[in-house]
Amino acid sequence: MTALTNHAPVLLIAIPLLGAFAVPLIGKLGRQARNTFVGLIALITAAFAGLLAAHIFGQAGAPSLYVLGGHQGFGIPLPSGLSVPIRIILEVDGMGAFMALITALIMLTGAFFSFSYWKERSGGTLFYSLLMLLTAGIFGMELTGDMFNFFVFLEITSIAACGLIGFRVWLKTSQEAGFKVMALYTLSGLFVLLAVGLLYGQYGGLNIAYLASALTGSTIDIVALGLLLTGLALKAGAVPLHMWAPDAYGEAPAPMSAVLVANSQASLYGLFRILFTLFGLTISVGALGWILIVLALLTIFVGVTMALIQNDIKRLIAYSAVSQIGYMLLGVGVGLAVSAAKPDFGFVAMQGGIFHMLNDAACIGLLFFVSGVIIRATGTRDLNRMGGLAHSMKWTSVLFIIGAFALAGVPPFNGFASKFLIYEASFKLSPFLAVIAILSSILLLAVFVKVFQAAFLGAKQEGIGGEVPMGMMVPMVALALVVIVFGLFPGFFVDKIVTPAANALWYGRDAYIGLVLGGG
Amino acid sequence: MNIGNLPFVVAALLVAFGIYTFLFKRNLIKLVIGVSLVETGVNLFLVTLGYRTAGIAPIYTFAPEAERMVLPTPQALTLTSIVIGLATTALLLSFAVFIHRHYGTLDVRKVKELRG
Repeated sequence: MTALTNHAPVLLIAIPLLGAFAVPLIGKLGRQARNTFVGLIALITAAFAGLLAAHIFGQAGAPSLYVLGGHQGFGIPLPSGLSVPIRIILEVDGMGAFMALITALIMLTGAFFSFSYWKERSGGTLFYSLLMLLTAGIFGMELTGDMFNFFVFLEITSIAACGLIGFRVWLKTSQEAGFKVMALYTLSGLFVLLAVGLLYGQYGGLNIAYLASALTGSTIDIVALGLLLTGLALKAGAVPLHMWAPDAYGEAPAPMSAVLVANSQASLYGLFRILFTLFGLTISVGALGWILIVLALLTIFVGVTMALIQNDIKRLIAYSAVSQIGYMLLGVGVGLAVSAAKPDFGFVAMQGGIFHMLNDAACIGLLFFVSGVIIRATGTRDLNRMGGLAHSMKWTSVLFIIGAFALAGVPPFNGFASKFLIYEASFKLSPFLAVIAILSSILLLAVFVKVFQAAFLGAKQEGIGGEVPMGMMVPMVALALVVIVFGLFPGFFVDKIVTPAANALWYGRDAYIGLVLGGG
Repeated sequence: MNIGNLPFVVAALLVAFGIYTFLFKRNLIKLVIGVSLVETGVNLFLVTLGYRTAGIAPIYTFAPEAERMVLPTPQALTLTSIVIGLATTALLLSFAVFIHRHYGTLDVRKVKELRG
């Protein structure tokens, strides 16, 4: 058991990666074999994520190191007597483990939802292959301790994500979305690579812990930080760099939209890791915090108002997903703005922002799944042409209400728990922030009332089948349970997993550096 | 100006041209070219970082002392980045092919079903 726990970080990347390339082969044996294989890989991966999280949160979020190729001592000795340190480092702390949990939850439910969702459509095998590849990339981003590996995993997620958006080549709009998203993802990846090059040129290292200890806050560092900020904010879908996000979430198949949101969150995680762990207090973080806050408010406001005017259900949910990224940025931005003085409310803001990542993943995932069910039942995405689904799909409509209320921050669901922390803390920094955040949440509720009225209420329509099959119902119910349980017992989860994650960013810089470089 | 800095200038120019192309050109293929230019600029920058005058490549059986060794890391980075670039360019071009099939044009002003 301990051996498995020790190797969990690398297995989390290796198992989905193996799965990605084995799925096309297994797919030759038939649909049943393929689904069993994918389900098995998804379950094993999720189990390892759980194991890793249990281990990390068992030690209260203290970082843990996994070294690949380090067993021969420091490095590979050459005949000339020189020893070259060649190793790859994975470093997991509370925040990384927290993100791994989110990814595992969404990947698992997404895969199982797809088994029923994709039954009568083509392209299934490669679809699962891409899903596994995307999962491996996301885990890699969350667990790596090396800037260049971060870039490589970032590109893996970009390519796999765009494959998922555009693999239905017979759809006009999916090709358009695929091109747009791929071009912007590539640009964001190149910004990150340029920044990595700038940092390497100055300090001769790529390890995050080493770079963090060597960083002086020179002008070139600031340029690198600007590039990283731009690249990762783009990939996370923060306004004003959000134009790809509604296309991506809207045009991908419904279960995969949820995984794409997890992908955006991984970029957000990268941003937080770079701001708190890599740069820390070597630069003036107050101003940066305010930049994040402004981005956050813009994201919240633009996301919600754009959602309000949509008539396409997928696009509407996609814009609300964009707005939720803003809440996470707001929480962490407030924390960053005051992180030099470290008052209590800054930490509360961080907890709120980080907790909201998990909550958002669960409820936006649920909403995307429900939108998939609706599209499948009615054959359209236009809200004006659907209606009366509540007659034949009672459980689905209940699930939709749960997801929508949670996303809009209505108690007692999980969205309220994290948004309340954000409101409370941002109010202490400036009441204006809290007002915008609360107002947007109310608007979001209005958005979902509109969807509910359009899709579920009204006269019964002809040709709508009954309730969704069990294979789709179970993942949706699982996510709904997460939404409800996290909403009913937020204190427990905040104590057990959110606080260690926030601690890792807020106080954990020295421990993170010390673990790799010794001392600390 | 030191002649040794010239590659950095070229790299910066390539990135600038690439971003200009990406922002202001209207043809999808030209957009791909723009992205490729940025990529080439970044790759050139990485390779230049590792350059040492009269350096020797650190091959296992023939490794020189540290001062004369060419830095292997930037070269490894560049190789990885070139491979990734190949994949992204191929994917972008295949999207462009399918867009041309569906819309009958490569003009970004005419490929806009996804708006608002």
